[in-house]
Amino acid sequence: MITTVPAPSRVHAAELFRLGSVGLRTRRLRASLSGLGVAIGIAAMVAVLGVSSSSSANLLAQLDQLGTNLLTVTPGNTFLGESATLPHEAPATIGRLDSVQGVSSTASIANVTVRRTDQVPVSNTNGIILRWADLSLLATLQGSVYRGQWLNPASERFPAVVLGWVTAQRLGIVDLDQPTQVDVGGRWYTVVGLLRSMPLAPEIDRSALIGLPVAQSDFLTSDSPDTVYVRADPNHVLPTLNVLPAAANPEHPEQVNVSRPSDALAARAAAQGTFTSLFLGLGAVALLVGGVGIANVMVISVLERRSEIGLRRALGATRLLVGVQFLSESLLLSLLGGAGGVALGAAATWVYAQVNALPAVVPAVAVGGGLGAALVVGAIAGLYPANRAARLSPTEALRTV
Amino acid sequence: MNVLELVDVVKRYPGDPPVEALRGVSLAVREGEMLAIVGRSGSGKSTLLHIMGTLDTASEGTVRIAGFDTSTLGDRQLSAVRARRIGFVFQQFFLLDGMSVLDNAANGLLYSGLPLHERRATARRALERVGLGHRLRHVPAQLSGGERQRVAIARAVVHRPALILADEPTGNLDSASGASLLGLLHELHAEGATIAVITHDREVAAATPRQVLIEDGRIVADSAW
Repeated sequence: MITTVPAPSRVHAAELFRLGSVGLRTRRLRASLSGLGVAIGIAAMVAVLGVSSSSSANLLAQLDQLGTNLLTVTPGNTFLGESATLPHEAPATIGRLDSVQGVSSTASIANVTVRRTDQVPVSNTNGIILRWADLSLLATLQGSVYRGQWLNPASERFPAVVLGWVTAQRLGIVDLDQPTQVDVGGRWYTVVGLLRSMPLAPEIDRSALIGLPVAQSDFLTSDSPDTVYVRADPNHVLPTLNVLPAAANPEHPEQVNVSRPSDALAARAAAQGTFTSLFLGLGAVALLVGGVGIANVMVISVLERRSEIGLRRALGATRLLVGVQFLSESLLLSLLGGAGGVALGAAATWVYAQVNALPAVVPAVAVGGGLGAALVVGAIAGLYPANRAARLSPTEALRTV
Repeated sequence: MNVLELVDVVKRYPGDPPVEALRGVSLAVREGEMLAIVGRSGSGKSTLLHIMGTLDTASEGTVRIAGFDTSTLGDRQLSAVRARRIGFVFQQFFLLDGMSVLDNAANGLLYSGLPLHERRATARRALERVGLGHRLRHVPAQLSGGERQRVAIARAVVHRPALILADEPTGNLDSASGASLLGLLHELHAEGATIAVITHDREVAAATPRQVLIEDGRIVADSAW
């Protein structure tokens, strides 16, 4: 007589996948709909991470290209709250600092409008500011012209004007194939150059630039600058920033403002991070809803498949194996949803990057995190239904219809 | 040798007052035997089947299957007994709709740890034995009731169990299919299988070599006495 207990029930590990897919294969529509819930959540998270990575990759690349060593010196306020001015020798005194590689100055010329023709009403300024600029400005800002040329020692003495990027657009001037003139304070000026956009000096984009000699003769402006651009040694940016007020105005350093325009770009890159966490939160909510959907479908599945559970117990499945089957079904469902979501999110990132001419970046952490989050959701969603299936007594499960 | 041995088995379901479904059942099934357990509905025969098949445990008394006392076994070991020593045939067939006939029959070996191709090869032989060798690729929905129950029988015998428990196997079949199915069970018995058929149908019982009559949770007649 055989008295040894038979070898325990078992299935191959590879078999679990097959077991878990039985329910999904027989109810395809329901499975794909509940997987879709998770897919949407994961896609939202991956797309958010991908889009923000793509944009900040672009911003950081821009920052690298523009450099972080440009400093801007502007007059502040006096003790009494009135607007201060920079001494006209400020560029020269700043230029004597060892850590300064380039200095340029500019000032706006008040009450002069720049118009396409003299037929345009004087009040119609288009937000364009007329400035005089010294010849080194373009080099200090590391800007470039896309049509014509920058001011030179000859043109700065004559009615010649160089337009910033936005100014050119507002005046409707796209090229200089024909000799082009604009009305500057009632006198015709020849447009000699158009500048490309300068992200670190947006005020120049909105300016029309003329030479100091012609500004002095036509508009009687003084030579004291209202903005001094300083290119500092990249290794000594902060020390330079600290000594600039005293260098610009030794008598009243407190009346000098110094800023670092690249900080604004860096702040924009960081601000993208804040949006990211907001949208990630929304993605997480979508994922949670997807998880609830899976849990719901699994609970219904356990109720519907009572007789299957009874049959499996009769065929020798242990409680654990029944539970594992339902858990692996839930994991499989969420994993499929997660994989679909990662693909969807990556596709959305790619489309966004193409449309906005950005480098498409889908961070590995988003892919791994997306699949991981889907698995965690699947495990949590499947735990209760699996436990319920495992606890169902075989006699009760078989007592159907 | 006894494949199955019940000694003074009592099954009590909790309640107020508690319900006694079995009140001291003693029954021995010898290897190679074919018997029918007959009783009206509510007589306790389904409970008896569940306890014989280790799907349920006795409140009192001893249940021995192939020599070991089931009261000392846990879920893992009872499941192993079912996986390797017992084959079930149910009135409702309980075939899985999404699977082919071949895979349904192979499910009899699902928890044996055998690889899929071996399970399928064995299942193919079992299906050929029950006359469904030409239906391997079909799904249950494409089969007649009698054919479905034959698939269930193939699934029950595929692991060569020590005991086959058939619960109203002809209950959902017309009389011709039922007779043919009983013929198949008799053939399997003739080849050496130990079979217990639970039924309320005295005609089915009359055809089996041994009949056990159960009423109100007690065995009132056994043709082996």
